[in-house]
Amino acid sequence: MITEKDVDHVALLARLELTGEDKEMFTRQLNDILEHFQSLQRLDTEKVQPTAHVLPLKNIYREDRVGEHIPRDDALANCPDRVDNYFKVPKIV
Amino acid sequence: MQLHQLTAHEMHDLLINKELSSEELNNHIFDRIEAVEDKIKAYLTLTKEGALERARSVDGQIQSGERIGPLAGIPVAVKDNICTKGIRTTAGSKILSNFIPPYNATVVEKLAAAGATIVGKTNLDEFAMGSSTENSAFIATKNPWDTGCVPGGSSGGSAAAVCAGEAALALGSDTGGSIRQPASFCGVVGMKPTYGAVSRYGLIAFASSLDQIGPFARDVTDCALLLGVISGHDPRDSTSAGYKVPDYTTFLNNNVRGLKIGVPEEFMAQGISPEVRAAVERAMSLYESLGAAVEYTTLPHTEYALPTYYIIAPAEASSNLARYDGVRYGFRAAEVADVVDMFMKSRSQGFGPEVKRRIMLGTYALSAGYYDAYYLKALKVRTLIKQDFDRAFEKYDLLLSPTSPTPAFRFGDKVDDPFQMYLSDICTISVNLAGIPGISLPCGFVGQMPVGLQLMGKYFDEGTLLRAAYTFEQNTDYHKEFPKI
Repeated sequence: MITEKDVDHVALLARLELTGEDKEMFTRQLNDILEHFQSLQRLDTEKVQPTAHVLPLKNIYREDRVGEHIPRDDALANCPDRVDNYFKVPKIV
Repeated sequence: MQLHQLTAHEMHDLLINKELSSEELNNHIFDRIEAVEDKIKAYLTLTKEGALERARSVDGQIQSGERIGPLAGIPVAVKDNICTKGIRTTAGSKILSNFIPPYNATVVEKLAAAGATIVGKTNLDEFAMGSSTENSAFIATKNPWDTGCVPGGSSGGSAAAVCAGEAALALGSDTGGSIRQPASFCGVVGMKPTYGAVSRYGLIAFASSLDQIGPFARDVTDCALLLGVISGHDPRDSTSAGYKVPDYTTFLNNNVRGLKIGVPEEFMAQGISPEVRAAVERAMSLYESLGAAVEYTTLPHTEYALPTYYIIAPAEASSNLARYDGVRYGFRAAEVADVVDMFMKSRSQGFGPEVKRRIMLGTYALSAGYYDAYYLKALKVRTLIKQDFDRAFEKYDLLLSPTSPTPAFRFGDKVDDPFQMYLSDICTISVNLAGIPGISLPCGFVGQMPVGLQLMGKYFDEGTLLRAAYTFEQNTDYHKEFPKI
């Protein structure tokens, strides 16, 4: 059972600020959805390997050579606030 | 028959026979958009200038006697979660409402290399999360068959554009059914290729182990042509598969003799509307009469697919969407106290409710104390679901089912109950979990609303899917119907 306190904690982890109304709705809806997940507990999966990925993936190597890259001005063009060649953010420390 | 109702291969014939220029064709499509877009609202951005410029260049090639490829000069729509250099790409979200990508997705480069003209960027559920396109932060796309109904989702704009003659072809993305379900609702062909068959480079990530870009078309031949253009290994996508892309048109044979088709009984059971089931049963009989062996089979873990999907997809999404912090691109909230406050306010004001719900669900499933019970458990059940398919494909060449349990539903019908909305993908999500290819094609109508037939195939066996779909199409007329708008 998820409580509003759990929802507060998860929202903080997810960097989301919820209104009181959101909190109430998410608590109810997440409980509803998680109830459907209980069915998975019926399955014995002790000896089953997890599948994170369906294809057999292996490390891919390439030569250590400088390739093409996005020009700095293009890379910075979408940022909301910029000073010279830097992303500008509020004071951190 | 009007020009915008033609298939891409019919348009191609007109172009190479010089009965029509690509510029005339593209102008006609933009006229068509102007005529119906008020009612349909398939597009978030139109790119007429770029389309006409490329059309003229293709016309130049034709005039100078150059051989052109099948998609050269053909108008194509692109879902707005696929990056287009210099063209706004929003993912249907307020948080990216001003985002102009500095690079092209690989599929967009491949379209350009094929000479296709890009008509515009199509509407979608925010970050492709949804089954009705009602979660778009901008507009509600209407189903061209009945504008009181949803077009399906999340690629609702792409499906509606192809259905309404606002593009010949379109690209969508499919994480749990987001190409096949809207294709089914709008009565067009839509395919999710095998995971890794098409590069995801430049696709705005939702759930990286499930996402796949694929084609929308008005017939199976067009689907094969577009699939051929966008497929292939890409060094910029580490999950892209190294395989030789066949000429998919060689599979377009009107012949299913000897093909073994399994129908998972779980996909025909409770929740499937009787009219949809009847349409699928008629398709089974047709395949049998054409010489295929059709029988019921079982995918015993099907009932666990939905809960498994709704742990894995939100978990991956919560991680992928952590990048939207208001620093490098996207929306940043005004008046913030400090940097964490900036993250919190930017994300809270930038994301819509369904995206927040999935971030919350995913964050919860990955959080300390719950990881094993939810996420790891879901990954293990995913193995069982995949093994069901492996076993079925030892016996059958392909599997057949409805694409969605019902035809298109009405606006607002499912918005208040997320789980009811998720049930709309019950027949499609297993395919993403297993990573196999799936196609939806029109197989009937309930009233005036189309019904989709889903075919599922072995890894990288898109060819057999196309062959079976083509055969069905050659022996039916559903794909020739066009909505009155």
